[in-house]
Amino acid sequence: MADLKEIRSQFPILKRKVYDKPLVYLDNAATNQKPERVIKALDTYYRDQNSNIHRGVHYLSQNATTAYENVREKIRAFINAPSSKEIIFTRGTTEAINLVASSFCRKYVREGDEILVSAMEHHSNIVPWQMACEAQGAKLKVIPMNLEGDLLMETLPQLLSEKVKLVAIAHVSNALGTINPVKDIIDAAHEKGIPVLIDGAQAVAHLKVDVQDLDCDFYCFSGHKMYGPMGVGVLYGKEKYLNELPPYQGGGEMISEVSFEKTTYNELPFKFEAGTPNVGDVIGLGEAIRFIQDTGIDLIAQTGEELVKYCEKRLLEEGGITLIGTAENKSGVVSFLIDNVHPYDAGTIIDRFGVAVRTGHHCAQPVMDYFKIPGTIRASFSVYNTKEEIDTLLVAIRKVKAMFC
Amino acid sequence: MIQEKAAQLIDEFSMFDDWMDKYNYLIELGKSLPSIDEKYKTDENIIKGCQSRVWLHASFDGDKVSFTGDSDAIITKGIAALLIRVFNEEAPAEILNADLGFVDQLGLKEHLSPTRSNGLVSMIKQIRFYALAFQAKA
Repeated sequence: MADLKEIRSQFPILKRKVYDKPLVYLDNAATNQKPERVIKALDTYYRDQNSNIHRGVHYLSQNATTAYENVREKIRAFINAPSSKEIIFTRGTTEAINLVASSFCRKYVREGDEILVSAMEHHSNIVPWQMACEAQGAKLKVIPMNLEGDLLMETLPQLLSEKVKLVAIAHVSNALGTINPVKDIIDAAHEKGIPVLIDGAQAVAHLKVDVQDLDCDFYCFSGHKMYGPMGVGVLYGKEKYLNELPPYQGGGEMISEVSFEKTTYNELPFKFEAGTPNVGDVIGLGEAIRFIQDTGIDLIAQTGEELVKYCEKRLLEEGGITLIGTAENKSGVVSFLIDNVHPYDAGTIIDRFGVAVRTGHHCAQPVMDYFKIPGTIRASFSVYNTKEEIDTLLVAIRKVKAMFC
Repeated sequence: MIQEKAAQLIDEFSMFDDWMDKYNYLIELGKSLPSIDEKYKTDENIIKGCQSRVWLHASFDGDKVSFTGDSDAIITKGIAALLIRVFNEEAPAEILNADLGFVDQLGLKEHLSPTRSNGLVSMIKQIRFYALAFQAKA
């Protein structure tokens, strides 16, 4: 098992200071930091390998193509997808969801149909569906939750009517940390022949994801929340759906033959990768997956879980703190409020201690509306975080209380 | 007059050596600003920031503009109080012609990022917008 101190030392940014204080980075649910090897992989790509892929016969192009396609295979293995044809590179989770919302709804959704999401979705798993529903004359329905931040699973059988064409749900809530019972939801939906998309943005860096075991029809995630570069993400989709869906964007690469009369499309996965792909960042993502594998997803999961528990314990001992999201199964995120202090006020002061937390609605306004709060303070963790950093957060919280309460 | 009030604020802020004192002063300013009348807490008067809600209401007596403001975050309310102190009871033309350099000189931008999160920039924009509307009326 890798040593946590050694793991932390692999992240150059964690050595820097903010306002003359050591950086305490607890905003990992927004994006996490990159180990030296990922930064190096990007640097090496542009120094030694940069070339456009798939169409060049020259040495560099063939090398870059191989490197790019090797990452596709690596990702296939990482999430245990049956085929690398089912791995589509996107800009991130948001683009992956938009792709499915656009292509799936054009193909399968008609007036009066429904798309089912949950009450704790990130805006990226709400707005694309709203837009697609609007275009098709369909309706967006919502699985409700309770005050702990657990979905009301008993409402599911009724919500899964014959009108529902797809269920789109977060694996882990970015605002509350709840790990949703996605397998149960997928099983229930499949019993009625309804496909399910999982927004895995907050899950892949914390949990072992096996898309065959889940049997989800689509799974989306971002590279930058799993130690990889910004600007690259993944859509996994079952081949049977991806083959049927119309392309999302048109351009080079995604075609088979083009004339002014008619264009035929390329096969999977290229049908969905129009234009020059983000080769450099894909290669960086490959290195990030190697980092996760070398570190061990079990150690990553266990460290995250311990930090969440320790943080919640310290906050409750401190008093005057309301935890927002107290589900039994949580991952990576602690959302809370300090007495009646506005999260923006609290965040402004916490920042001055060199502590990076997120304050606000976390792009999940419906969640804040449900709890009738303007937002929360959110501390979120990665494998390099320490209990001492949580102690520093607590020092900052005490100052917030002294200033505002 | 605006420049005099601005200069006085710069003077006050120059006495603080550290960020904590500046924030404490903003908190004091925020607390001392009377809450806006509930009837003015309308969608029309809201300045939508990313994190806190800010309301700014203006009235015009044909000569000068009066501002009231509020926010659910106290630091933001302090910023509103500070701007109201500078621009309150001034003629629309004075407001529109005012040199906004004092905002930088207050040294607030280095502590409050000039993003939409604290509403500083949006508040100034809204104050000028009111002045412009009243000028057209006058």
